[in-house]
Amino acid sequence: MTTTQDPYAGSRETTEGRVYTVTGGDWDQTFGADRGGEERLVVNMGPQHPSTHGVLRLILDLEGETVTKARVTIGYLHTGIEKNTEYRNWTQGTTFVTRMDYLAPLYNEAGYCMAVEKLLGIEIPQRAQTIRVLVMEINRIASHLVGLATGGMELGALTAMTNGFRERELCLDLLEEITGLRMNHAYIRPGGLAQDLPPGAVESIREWLTIMPKRLAEYHKLLTGQPIWQRRLKDVGYLDVTGCVALGVTGPILRAAGLPWDLRKVQPYLGYETYDFEVPTADTSDAWGRYLVRMAEMQESLKIVAQALDRLEPGPVMVADKKIAWPAQLSLGADGMGNSHEHVQHIMAGSMESLIHHFKLVTEGFRVPAGQVYVPVESPRGELGYHVVSDGSTRPWRVHVRDPSFVNLQATAAMSEGGMIADVIAAVASIDPVMGGVDR
Amino acid sequence: MTSDDGFRRGAFGVSGSGDTSGFGGLVRVEPGGAVALHSTDRPYGGWFDEITDVLIEAVGEATYAAAVQRVLVDRGEITYFVAREHLPTLVQALRDDDALRFELLSSLSGVDYLDSGGPEVTPGRPRLHVVYHLTSMTYRRRIRLEVAVTAEDPHVPSVTGVYPTADWHEREAYDMFGIVFDGHPSLTRILMPDDWDGFPQRKDYPLGGVPVEYHDATIPPPDTRRAYR
Repeated sequence: MTTTQDPYAGSRETTEGRVYTVTGGDWDQTFGADRGGEERLVVNMGPQHPSTHGVLRLILDLEGETVTKARVTIGYLHTGIEKNTEYRNWTQGTTFVTRMDYLAPLYNEAGYCMAVEKLLGIEIPQRAQTIRVLVMEINRIASHLVGLATGGMELGALTAMTNGFRERELCLDLLEEITGLRMNHAYIRPGGLAQDLPPGAVESIREWLTIMPKRLAEYHKLLTGQPIWQRRLKDVGYLDVTGCVALGVTGPILRAAGLPWDLRKVQPYLGYETYDFEVPTADTSDAWGRYLVRMAEMQESLKIVAQALDRLEPGPVMVADKKIAWPAQLSLGADGMGNSHEHVQHIMAGSMESLIHHFKLVTEGFRVPAGQVYVPVESPRGELGYHVVSDGSTRPWRVHVRDPSFVNLQATAAMSEGGMIADVIAAVASIDPVMGGVDR
Repeated sequence: MTSDDGFRRGAFGVSGSGDTSGFGGLVRVEPGGAVALHSTDRPYGGWFDEITDVLIEAVGEATYAAAVQRVLVDRGEITYFVAREHLPTLVQALRDDDALRFELLSSLSGVDYLDSGGPEVTPGRPRLHVVYHLTSMTYRRRIRLEVAVTAEDPHVPSVTGVYPTADWHEREAYDMFGIVFDGHPSLTRILMPDDWDGFPQRKDYPLGGVPVEYHDATIPPPDTRRAYR
């Protein structure tokens, strides 16, 4: 009678043939022998998990409830946007990049378009710059509200979630009125904007500006003074300035560690140096500080929106250069947004040259002189950088996005190891990663 | 029209057709030509000269001459083209020298220039470029380093020892371009599945896609559609 060694199913020969005995008791051989009785547990968390802030997978080594090792796996939302932009013309690129960090679409568009404009060597009209600032700051508030809402939900503060999404809806209503879409706007285009502010938008924004301060104050009543919220966040997910810079972490996390590094102040663009606003910081380096910084940043964004509204002057929102400016004007029709009727009339029945011009610019696109640029903007999550390479043709040669979520997420291990497993949730929520941006 | 001097002329492959739109008279360099071939002579202007002098002093004149092959100032940005074996020395000096202080590695990306520097795909050409964007938070300056390697020998020293943030950046560049960063603690795929074949963002890797029918017309996948050079 022979017995073969199989950790899962020992077998022996009998008169009835070979018989297997399935035991499955290999756990002790695998882990017990060399761990000397230590309680080590490997927990796989995600990628489909309500508290991982998206399709993020965490592999946690636990001893009891203490995390000894945290490993992060990403890539579940990889869409190949960077590669796709190489097969579309420069204007179409906006439609792709807006889908990366889908909570901050207007920052993606602005960063990309500013990179293309830098390659082209053009400056966009003042009104377009002001409206870009305006919509970006509305977007920042919407993004921070989602960060707060989902972070609250993950920690069990469900009212934070319902309230956060309620106020975010006000922001999205505004963006819908201005751009035509709630998200993925493709509103900011190389050379300016897709269209001017529609009639009534300024009044809607002013009304929103009267509502938001009251609503933001409610969050302080709801959360800031609340002992459970404080205890879940204070001293959790600690990362100091040295750690932040070494790991490339920027945005509210870096500012919560005490360094007032905000690209709108330190390397201004779109005229941010002329706006009056503060860079909120905290010195706690923990999730609590990040919460306070984001809360204060929303107040500052409201200030910037109000100033942008005040300085809006009538004028063009697209460069005058006919070789770059999109030839059509958009208008709202019965079946959604499309080319304006007057424009279609003009090119189809009025002017042959306009038709040729429209056709060439829309199908072929404009050319961008060869070279490479790196353009960073301060997105709600930190430095959003666009490294764009042109070979002189109608399509980008390479678009690389330095997404702040991607870089900041590297800090998960540094923030979580040595802490409790429940605090991993708070730490990841305080990073506020958007997986669409992480995986691109 | 492709010519041997690294420039292309005209659009739609037609020249001398009497095209009055302006596109016919267009002159552009070959893919990657401008960034891969050109260089700037000193003085570079502004603080570019200042940091270059400090860098030369920090690493020594001989090392700098061997390490920095070319310098290009374009659109207000400075690029140092670096020989890969000297990259670790250079980034260490750039981060630690008191007058340089490039504390933050903002971005690290791969670029595949494919036929950089000539009309044909030639083995042995350094087609794969690694581009480092360094930020000095102290002085509020940004510079770019660029290292070029061939697809046959795509090895670049890792900078994770100097900039821990390079960890995921380098894994992404390996995943997408097959650039091997020697000395990286665990160079594995990061966005694509572990068992994926090929390096998707190389230029010779197809985009993929299927034809789509829409309103009785068939639209081919994007990489097989008519393209305008």
